[in-house]
Amino acid sequence: MTVSPLAAWRDRLAALAPVLDVAEVPFRSQLTVRVSDPDALAAAGSALGVPFPSAACTFTSGTGPFGDAEVLWLGPDEFLVTASPGLQVTIEEVLRGALGTAGGSVVDTSAQRTTVVLQGPLVRQVLAHGCSVDLHPSSAPVGTCVQTLLARTGIVLQVTGEDRCTILVRSSFAEYFAAWLADACTEYLAVA
Amino acid sequence: MQLIPCPWCGPREEAEFHYGGQAHVAYPEDPAALTDEQWAQYVFFRENPSGPFAERWSHHAGCRRWFNAVRDTRTHDLLAVYRVGEPMPEVTA
Ligand SMILES: [Zn+2]
Repeated sequence: MTVSPLAAWRDRLAALAPVLDVAEVPFRSQLTVRVSDPDALAAAGSALGVPFPSAACTFTSGTGPFGDAEVLWLGPDEFLVTASPGLQVTIEEVLRGALGTAGGSVVDTSAQRTTVVLQGPLVRQVLAHGCSVDLHPSSAPVGTCVQTLLARTGIVLQVTGEDRCTILVRSSFAEYFAAWLADACTEYLAVA
Repeated sequence: MQLIPCPWCGPREEAEFHYGGQAHVAYPEDPAALTDEQWAQYVFFRENPSGPFAERWSHHAGCRRWFNAVRDTRTHDLLAVYRVGEPMPEVTA
């Protein structure tokens, strides 16, 4: 049996519910794509059914042959494709085919990070306890995707709704992140 | 904490960055032809101005890209940032 990085934290994260709905979405398929050729980027986007983001610090989402998928901007020639669990091998082959001879790479990095979805009106406020990126809706609208530090650990932060964020955190740091999150919620729990 | 404007990601905390020393130090065309003294000059010797200084920085906790910045060594003000391959912009300190 495979145990997800935050399996032991399920109950403690659920107990934050008056403040935030927190749930791990484990074992997502994740592929790091390095490519800069615009034609290859377009080909990869149509193979996936989701166009690759053209603006820095954003992500795109859509539905294609692999169901719901997202493409996260990680750098000017670097992207993270995420999809439902178990699809990484197939997507890797399809994306490699789409890149053709343009030069680039597709690497399965599914085990690198786990995914945590946070939802609730206080989500931006709680994350601001340890994240220096301005999370006000005017500077971090829905569709924002930043790599930054949260309480000194590296995260990928997606703003997926007005009151919803998705955090990708390294598996080995996931329990640290969960502990930090529980602590950040404490002051709101007391009055909830 | 001081914010550093990454040319890709925008202003971020200094803790997300690594310092990479003086910018625009070209690798020798023919390293084998250098004398020990010339090689030492290339490896170890750097400018140390009081004022604007072109430096390399890496946004290691963000987009993980190297870029160049002009920093005033007297005030730690970042006067300009620019991407690798772009010429150093004119600055007024
Ligand atoms: Zn950056």
